[in-house]
Amino acid sequence: MARRRLTWMLPRIMMWLVRIFFAVVLAFPFYWMLITTFKRNTDLNNLKNNPFLFTEPPTLDHLRLLFHETLFPRWVLNTMFAGLIVVIITLLLALPAAYALARLTGEWGTRLGIGVFLTYLVPPTLLFIPLSKVVSFLGLQDSLWSIIVVYPTFTIPFSTWLLMGFFKSIPRDLEDAAMVDGLTQWGAFVKLMIPMSTSGILTVVIFAFTLVTQEFVYALTFISSAAHQTVGVGVPTFLVRGDVYYWGSLMAACLITSLPIGFLYNLFLDRFIEGFTVGAVK
Amino acid sequence: MAVVETRKLNKVFKRGNVGAVVNVDLQSREGEFLVLLGPSGSGKTTLLRMIAGLEEPTSGEILIGGKLVNDLTPRERGIAMVFQSYALYPHLSVFKNIVFPLKAQGMPKEKRLKQAEWAASLLGIQHLFDRKPRELSGGERQRVALARAIVREPSLFLLDEPLSNLDAKLRASAREELEQFQKRIGTTAIYVTHDQVEAMAMGDRVVVMSQGAVRQIGTPADVYDEPADTFVATFLGSPPMNLLPGPDVIVGFRPEHFLPPGVAERLGEHISFGFQISHGEYLGAERVLYGTIAGGAFDGRTAVSRIPSTHAVSLPDGSLQTFAVALGDVKFFDPGTEKRTSRRSIPA
Repeated sequence: MARRRLTWMLPRIMMWLVRIFFAVVLAFPFYWMLITTFKRNTDLNNLKNNPFLFTEPPTLDHLRLLFHETLFPRWVLNTMFAGLIVVIITLLLALPAAYALARLTGEWGTRLGIGVFLTYLVPPTLLFIPLSKVVSFLGLQDSLWSIIVVYPTFTIPFSTWLLMGFFKSIPRDLEDAAMVDGLTQWGAFVKLMIPMSTSGILTVVIFAFTLVTQEFVYALTFISSAAHQTVGVGVPTFLVRGDVYYWGSLMAACLITSLPIGFLYNLFLDRFIEGFTVGAVK
Repeated sequence: MAVVETRKLNKVFKRGNVGAVVNVDLQSREGEFLVLLGPSGSGKTTLLRMIAGLEEPTSGEILIGGKLVNDLTPRERGIAMVFQSYALYPHLSVFKNIVFPLKAQGMPKEKRLKQAEWAASLLGIQHLFDRKPRELSGGERQRVALARAIVREPSLFLLDEPLSNLDAKLRASAREELEQFQKRIGTTAIYVTHDQVEAMAMGDRVVVMSQGAVRQIGTPADVYDEPADTFVATFLGSPPMNLLPGPDVIVGFRPEHFLPPGVAERLGEHISFGFQISHGEYLGAERVLYGTIAGGAFDGRTAVSRIPSTHAVSLPDGSLQTFAVALGDVKFFDPGTEKRTSRRSIPA
């Protein structure tokens, strides 16, 4: 009896141990960011103190520095604005492109699709010299619009390719049925293909938005004034001065920007998994 | 009610290849249940898709209700189609699936609801309105697909193997139901299948197709009893017609007409063959005997006999018997064209 109980319990205990282990490992950076945000510098810089616990009482100094002595709120707004516009541009162009490549261009569709994807593999560091020419030609130097114009050049190829896979996984019969049921090809695309690809579209939204928040090279080169910068560039440029790192404020900035994205991911987790594994099982 | 007509209809998918549909001339009758029957790759689905407007013909004309529809989109043709996969919209509830075509037409909401209820009540699926397609069984999905097809009262019904995804038992009852249903609503229907039993049971007329071409059009009895060529003769019937190739004629007769001693004597004018039985199968209601013709011009040719179990004749494996076919049941085919020819003398 006891033995049977053990064989029943053991796998469950093991499963929970594995779960707890990964939960701790993955949550740990957030915990460290959180505790550093509220630690006094004297506590933080004393090597004898345990870095994961408060030795001295917590403080709000780092948040005060972040919000009052840098343009952090402005950077967040800039990032959100650029992110939103980039997402819109990406969806407006990638959705029809992916649909056309998946359904309308016949045999050439796949080859063109691979071609589109290959452009995504060109390293951004190679592209930024010609692109800076384009930006200056358009007169967009030191403006948020410079990155809004440039980012879609990476987001569109990848998103097109991703959405292509999505559209291909939708049986053709459904579209035929929609057309017999009275829709035009465009109607079938808007009323059937798009609603059925929500997972793919969400994946594209997150991908494009995350790219805007974390991209560094272009944002740094094209934008010089603090007021126009994004979080990804503003925070490290203004909170690392020479060899002085404002750890508390840096961590606070990271925490504040990463938490909403983390929550968003979790909210749509199942759909993302579907988004990234589409076509994996046929 | 529409009558569908195709004139010299052709479809070639890849230039230089053989056509998927070759010179098809077809005319359906008012309210008829017309079955397109053929093995896979015979072009029956392509033909159906061309009538629906989902595939563009390479050449030829399609008329629905006397009107040329070649250049009309599927939506403008006033047809409804049921797909093999049912093609239910997976993100919409059953109700929304059914009203989808009405919504696309721009029908007002109240009328939509009334139509949907009418269609659903015909098929007995009102209780499924709130479910999603993935929560339905195969039979229920098929009904929803049918409801979606009839809801806007189309002038023509196209069905592409709608029963092939059902299990055997359900298929038989669904077949019967579908047939009754079509008679009740009286809409002309074109039905694609590769299953000869379905075709014979349901069709008012059967169009037998092979390699893109129409081999024969006729009532189930016509195509079974008077096959136009050897393809039709062997494609229909299980086991298929016995074909005995002679020097200048192919002689054909159905296994059920190839009768054992004791029964054969009762036939009027008949031809006798020596039949060397190799083995027999007992199938409950009937016996199927496999063997070869012994002696005469067809010596060594394989033949099959199907006799009702009620004929209590002893026919052991390995025995040599004299079987006979009534002369009226013997069909003759030209060995060159494989088409039916007039009665000829049978080589001795």
